[in-house]
Amino acid sequence: MKQEFKIISSLINENSKILDVGCGNGELMKYILENISKNIRGLEISKKNVQECIEKGLTVIEGNAELDLGQFPDKSFNYVILSQTLQAFLNPEKVLYELLRVGKKAIVTIPNFGHWKVRVDLLFKGTMPVTENLPNEWYNTPNLHMCTIKDFVTFCNQRDLKLTKSISLSGKKVSYIKKSNLNYKNLTSELGIFEIEK
Amino acid sequence: MNKIDNLKKYIVKDKLKLDCGKEISNFPLAYETFGKLNEGKNNGILIFHALTGDQFPYGINPITNKEGWWNYALGPNKAIDTNKFFVISANVIGGCMGSFGPSSIDPSTNKPYGSNFPVITINDMVNAQNFLLDHFKIKKLFAVIGGSMGGMQVLQFVSNFPNKADVAIPIACTASHSAQNIALNELGRQAIMADKEWDKGKYLENGKSPSKGLAVARMAAHITYLSKKGLQEKFGRKLQERDALKFGFDADFQIESYLRYQGSVFVDRFDANSYLYITRAMDYFDLTKQFNGNLSDAFKGSKTKFFIISFTSDWLYPTSENREIVIALNAIGADVGFIEITSDKGHDSFLLNVPDFLNSVKNFLNNSYKNIHEARV
Repeated sequence: MKQEFKIISSLINENSKILDVGCGNGELMKYILENISKNIRGLEISKKNVQECIEKGLTVIEGNAELDLGQFPDKSFNYVILSQTLQAFLNPEKVLYELLRVGKKAIVTIPNFGHWKVRVDLLFKGTMPVTENLPNEWYNTPNLHMCTIKDFVTFCNQRDLKLTKSISLSGKKVSYIKKSNLNYKNLTSELGIFEIEK
Repeated sequence: MNKIDNLKKYIVKDKLKLDCGKEISNFPLAYETFGKLNEGKNNGILIFHALTGDQFPYGINPITNKEGWWNYALGPNKAIDTNKFFVISANVIGGCMGSFGPSSIDPSTNKPYGSNFPVITINDMVNAQNFLLDHFKIKKLFAVIGGSMGGMQVLQFVSNFPNKADVAIPIACTASHSAQNIALNELGRQAIMADKEWDKGKYLENGKSPSKGLAVARMAAHITYLSKKGLQEKFGRKLQERDALKFGFDADFQIESYLRYQGSVFVDRFDANSYLYITRAMDYFDLTKQFNGNLSDAFKGSKTKFFIISFTSDWLYPTSENREIVIALNAIGADVGFIEITSDKGHDSFLLNVPDFLNSVKNFLNNSYKNIHEARV
């Protein structure tokens, strides 16, 4: 399983109620279902992925996070997970607020546009960066709102959203992001993993 | 008629109070079963049929000699696997395949009920079929499944009996019959009642048959079961056994000939009064209203796990109406999954060979049964 999913799973308490938004083919959900909590469901936009989730025995609703989160009552989940998708929404701010309305906590992961490889690409090649975490070209990327870890931390701070856990992932290396090392982690992290409360 | 008398029936001795206020008892429910009930009696599935269905989803229907209406979905190793599950299928009350309906004989007159048959509802149909569970001594079903009007019965069943099914699969249906659907049903009813042979519903006792009206009703309804794209691809403007237009009102086009054929075979197997009564039951179906405008309340307290399925090209029971059920269930934190299957085959998709649909049902049933009843070792 992806290191990212291992970290997300480690943040979740046993038997809590979880919604995985953009759950893809259900890999993370299946792991959580079998190891942490039976009370998990997913929301997924791709029909093919929904089929794969059903094959795995997962409870999934086909839908669009930007339109369909509204149907869930306030605080109806302990955790709402959003893995590497925030940047692809038309209105990420609205989605983030919806996550925090529906869930007591949100776990959001962000591909870091501030990573040094991304910066080098742009600085020396002068082309839009294509990396392992950002594999698409500028013309076919689904990512409308790329941000850096620093951008995201600032964004949350300005809105009084509490970052209760901030984790950096670089390759297999896991470390905490703190105020004191933010600039450094913003350069070295491929992925930021945040637990957020309102 | 004799052939219908010989069909397998369970006589419900209990009293059943209908929504219209009348009470019935000692009435027949024609049913079939497929597969075997296991020792724990936990593998039972009740399937509900649609408007013109019957208790023969699988195999050959002995009355029509045609294949069962759900042969693609039900049978050994199929989506609803009869090697694994015990499937019960009953003809709804109001129907004409042996269950208590307008063509049944009224003992007080010794004539068919005809228009004297009480107006029945989806709720009445479901309550009647629930008696079959007592007959089989099944306390809790594994699943209730149905498409179209069958899906409405699934919703009503879970609402009436919140803990009598582990899982529920309402397919291509709605919680509240729309104005468009009522209008289309009314078109069919008016076609039947405009046929002089209908004779105010007394055609059976008077040796008549409103087959022309019923055929028109079926033709109109049949169009609503298909998609525009599906029709265009299958028929287009192709001509029927002729090279040029004949400048008349014969069936010049293949689609005309096809519809006429569908109408003509339908009247051989279906009773016109049943068509009136069952479409009325569909029109009266409004689960939301039963719960004072809050559909979620229909499912409050139920632990049933839902899997709702709609089809992209179904304009009769569109995805939006199926999604309303999902939304109502999510609002109370119920366990609900939902998928919209891509298909050009319109509302009829649930009856046809649509692999994505059939696989979804199969996977959902097998995984759910494994999780609920086959504890992992």
